[in-house]
Amino acid sequence: MSAHLSYGRVNLNILREAARKDLREFLDKCAGSKAIVWDEHLTGPFGLIAQYSLLKEHEVEKMFTLKGGRLPPADVKNIIFFVRPKLELMDIIADNVISEDKMHSPRDFHILFVPRRSMLCEQRLKEQGVLGSFINIDEYILDLIPYDGDLLSMESEGAFRECYLENDQTSLYHTAKGLMTLQALYGTIPQIFGKGECARHVANMMLRMKREFAGSQTQILPVFDSLLLLDRNVDLLTPLATQLTYEGLIDEVYGITNGYVKLPPEKFAAQKKQGEASKDLPTEPKKMQLNSAEELYAEIRDKNFNGVGAALSKKAKIISAAFEERHNAKTVGEIKQFVSQLPHMQAARSSLANHTSIAELIKDITTSEAFFDNLTVEQEFMTGVDTDKVNTYIEDCIAQKDPLIKILRLVSMQSVCNNGLKQKVFDYYRKEILQTYGYEHLLTLNNLEKTGLLKLQTSTRNNYPTIRKTLKLWMEDANEQNPNDISYVYSGYAPLSIRLAQVLARPGWRSIEEVLKMLPGPHFEERQQLPAGLHKKRQQGENRTTLVFFLGGVTYAEIAALRFLSQMEDGGTEYIVATTKLINGAGEAEIILFSQQPGLETRLLSASVPMRIWNKLNILHLYLYLFGTCECRADRSCRRPQALRDGIPVPGPDGACVSPLPPDL
Amino acid sequence: MFLSGGPRLGFKTSDFSREPCRAYGKSQVNYISHNQWVCVRFIQRQLLLTERWKMIRGKPDDDEYWNSTKFKAFTFDDEDNEFTRLKESKRAVNSIRSLVEDEDEEDDVEKVNWSGEPIGSISWSVKETASSIRSTGEVRDQSSPKIDNTPSLRKNSSGYSLSSLFKGKAKTGSLQHFSESFSEQSNRNYGPELRKPKSEYKDYISDWTPEETVKRMQQGKAFSLEKFRSLQDKLLLLDETVKAHDGNVITAVLIFLKKSLSKEILFRELITREIALRHFIHYLKEMGENKLLVELFKTLGRSEDMALMQYKDHLNIKDENRRRDFLKNCLSLPFSQEDATHVLDHYTLLERQIIIEANDKHVESGSQADIFKKYPRKASILNMPIITTLYYSCFYHYGEPEGTYSSPANIRKTFRISDKQFLLTCLGARAKLKSWFDVDALFTTKNWLGYTKKRSPIGFHRIVDILQKNNAPVQVLQEYVSLVEDTEQKINLAQKYKCHDIIINTYRDLKDRQLLIEYRGKVETDSSDYKKIQELLGNSQIRWKN
Repeated sequence: MSAHLSYGRVNLNILREAARKDLREFLDKCAGSKAIVWDEHLTGPFGLIAQYSLLKEHEVEKMFTLKGGRLPPADVKNIIFFVRPKLELMDIIADNVISEDKMHSPRDFHILFVPRRSMLCEQRLKEQGVLGSFINIDEYILDLIPYDGDLLSMESEGAFRECYLENDQTSLYHTAKGLMTLQALYGTIPQIFGKGECARHVANMMLRMKREFAGSQTQILPVFDSLLLLDRNVDLLTPLATQLTYEGLIDEVYGITNGYVKLPPEKFAAQKKQGEASKDLPTEPKKMQLNSAEELYAEIRDKNFNGVGAALSKKAKIISAAFEERHNAKTVGEIKQFVSQLPHMQAARSSLANHTSIAELIKDITTSEAFFDNLTVEQEFMTGVDTDKVNTYIEDCIAQKDPLIKILRLVSMQSVCNNGLKQKVFDYYRKEILQTYGYEHLLTLNNLEKTGLLKLQTSTRNNYPTIRKTLKLWMEDANEQNPNDISYVYSGYAPLSIRLAQVLARPGWRSIEEVLKMLPGPHFEERQQLPAGLHKKRQQGENRTTLVFFLGGVTYAEIAALRFLSQMEDGGTEYIVATTKLINGAGEAEIILFSQQPGLETRLLSASVPMRIWNKLNILHLYLYLFGTCECRADRSCRRPQALRDGIPVPGPDGACVSPLPPDL
Repeated sequence: MFLSGGPRLGFKTSDFSREPCRAYGKSQVNYISHNQWVCVRFIQRQLLLTERWKMIRGKPDDDEYWNSTKFKAFTFDDEDNEFTRLKESKRAVNSIRSLVEDEDEEDDVEKVNWSGEPIGSISWSVKETASSIRSTGEVRDQSSPKIDNTPSLRKNSSGYSLSSLFKGKAKTGSLQHFSESFSEQSNRNYGPELRKPKSEYKDYISDWTPEETVKRMQQGKAFSLEKFRSLQDKLLLLDETVKAHDGNVITAVLIFLKKSLSKEILFRELITREIALRHFIHYLKEMGENKLLVELFKTLGRSEDMALMQYKDHLNIKDENRRRDFLKNCLSLPFSQEDATHVLDHYTLLERQIIIEANDKHVESGSQADIFKKYPRKASILNMPIITTLYYSCFYHYGEPEGTYSSPANIRKTFRISDKQFLLTCLGARAKLKSWFDVDALFTTKNWLGYTKKRSPIGFHRIVDILQKNNAPVQVLQEYVSLVEDTEQKINLAQKYKCHDIIINTYRDLKDRQLLIEYRGKVETDSSDYKKIQELLGNSQIRWKN
């Protein structure tokens, strides 16, 4: 379950175990049988920390989802609410407590706030007259959740909005606390670099907290050599661009939450027994966990999508060959060995079948005209083509009433790449958007302006071209199959944030002082004193380990780029990524998007795309084919879909593939 | 009575526990004297004591008897039994099947249910335990999730706990009270208060400096803000809080200041304290205290923010007439110049929608007009964007004189709709109704000599797309395809929509014999198009280029 956390350069399982220990301690504090009432948003993050079995061992007998009215009956001594500190949740809890049947034996109430308790929430409970009903009010400090072997996330949704729109620094405080926890477990980080206002704040808080705990220094050899704090608003361009890695595209299209993705079920029906498949059709979306524990996924997640097809078909050949081995197994010993490998092979097989299906779903989208047109405009903006004029594609999209998120994402991108829009252009877009989507979106546009995603050009000079050239943000010859530069993750655009990390490692920020000054916020370097005797003696050729913390979110493509840098032979630095939240452009614009009718506007981009596929999918589509071209013949003359039996290609008598389906499928 | 506490008293402690809080809540508002305060605290503490007793003793014995599952009484109306047994056997069968058939479920493979959640994961169990409410404990055991396979802890890591790392900040696992008060509730988990070292009592009475107070607040210990009486003290406290960067504590202090200072003074002091101010604004937003927020913005001179803030309120008004009136009042707010025009448009739009809606509803019910009978309205036009309203008007009110509110021409003029938008919207509506004549008229212009010509502010290829989406017949499509300027694009569109005539004419104009011969193979042999090609190829007048 958690083994993949320990494989990486830094054993993040230690952090997970510490979190589990805390949870057990809290549960034991409420003696006797318990029922947990869950804030739905928390089950995901908690799932990364613990299983139900752990709760069960500590006498948790029932679990409910938090909702108004009377609590469901449960014969337990304790009722524990696991909630985020949100005011609206307090009202529901109060409702629960008030409607509790007093005739029934009284049950003890407890609240566990995650990740922090809030005085505001407690005040609300008091106003509702229920504060006194709680035996325990506690907090469960879940600042940084280990996501993967090299990835930590705070999973705090509002962080970007809070920092850049509301200017509330609470999440920065939590970040600093999270980093202190990390240092307590993995040793003091000797060097801190940063860029941006929020980064500066976090660093200040860390240094201050360190002074306060001066007495309780941990005697641990530092695992991290340096920490890089980056504000999201230093690089707003990257999350606005469409991610083009496999994992990034899954996120763009379906949205990954807490490491899980929900997919349309039809494609996956084939994995049940073929005859029965039509009997009980799955109607619920298929939920899949995505992390590096799955060998195949670890291999392809960070590839550019254009390289995924080749990787999958290569894998298919290897697995077919492995299954063919059984014919060669003659002796009892050989057969035994083959059988012992079967479970592993079967797991690999079903993993291959799953990812082939996902890749197919995504390919339907990436090959669509709309996707291509959108990408073309994005790339024009990123290369600085006509960013100072009204873009006809955006104009057309508005006229067609495309989802507002898409429009806002493109307009914001144009604004960022032009260092603000010209008054005339800005006014034109504003008028068109308000006329088409409703005047109340005045508020949405206003919010976008406040965060800097959308702005009016103030100075006549557009400094984006300088930044682009100095940091080599656009690479004409990006190699998607065998990348030699991070620009492969966006098929040409190298994420600015990652370039900053790359330059910092070598040759250092001094070489780009000019550009750093053009980007918002201060840049700085701090050193933290290590206790004597804990100075690391670096071996010749040993890599440095850097923790990169994105304040306000990181995209999967950026993570892919950092992993690419870690793997470079002469890179010299390995990266661990930490963030307040994993995001994409739709999400970023969405949290700012103002809508009174939730569900109407929210997640338009990712919601509308899958719907289209759902309608299109044929439920009897039991046969998967790899990217249209079958490779059964050397000259690729076979255009038939490759037949797969249980996910394994089946060769026909003449070597060509056999398919019972018409060729025009 | 207070000293003995405990369950022996014969009343349920929980009945009481809520009361003191209310009493206490009141006392806050009235700013009771110190003596009274001590008294309230005493009562409070005693009641907490009784609760602590409850914790230690657990439930009264008889309660335990009646509630434990072991002694569950049999009742006749317990229909669940049959139901649960069925479920039980079904589960058993299922589990056997999975043993026999499912080869994938090896021991080292994580069990996953259909929706992909690992069995035993928390979100899976929430559903599972909630759905088994009606079943008995035994059934649940059968389905109980697999034991976690996590390898046992490594020794070096087992000793860590996130909270224990910060002994200095030791969490107290407790109620921390932010109000200007009290509460040694922090220790209520740890047994009777009597056992507490005397030194801790010092906590209530001692004078903490602002630094100490902030630290205590952060650590979740009891604290009191009441002793910060003078303005100067309060401001010192605020500044100290801001330095700690803990939003939770900053908000708590701000609430205290909001209660104990007049808003004029509070606002005046906040102006110079940027961070505290931001937190205060966020707090007011969260609490929905819009009135105060508007006042604050006014004091700060942030008039545009104030205007938007007030404008936002219209979304909470459901009744359209009241919403319209509200928007009318908004017109006088100090918006930026651009926003002001949009807000005015918003008001005008709603005003007009109300009129149109009332009128159309009337017409529809009287079924005086064919159009409403043929295409009944699906929803009301109220609160729709202006472009949607224009579409509606082009659909139901086309051709009305410009003087009427509902006519497309009037809407176009009033809301300064661009030529492109107007054309596209109009085209969409008329094409939907298959009024090809109206479509034609949209593009036809007469020059001063009386000749007609088709013109469009957008490329004709897009017009063709829109028409095609509305299932326009080939004759109509053909006319617009022929107007596409770019030859290559024209050919592509013509091929896509099978406008043979255009292709043949284009090849003729290009004098491209080869392409024409090639195309002859694509049309049916006995069609008029085929004949036309034959005629052209036989025409000796044309000078073919190949």
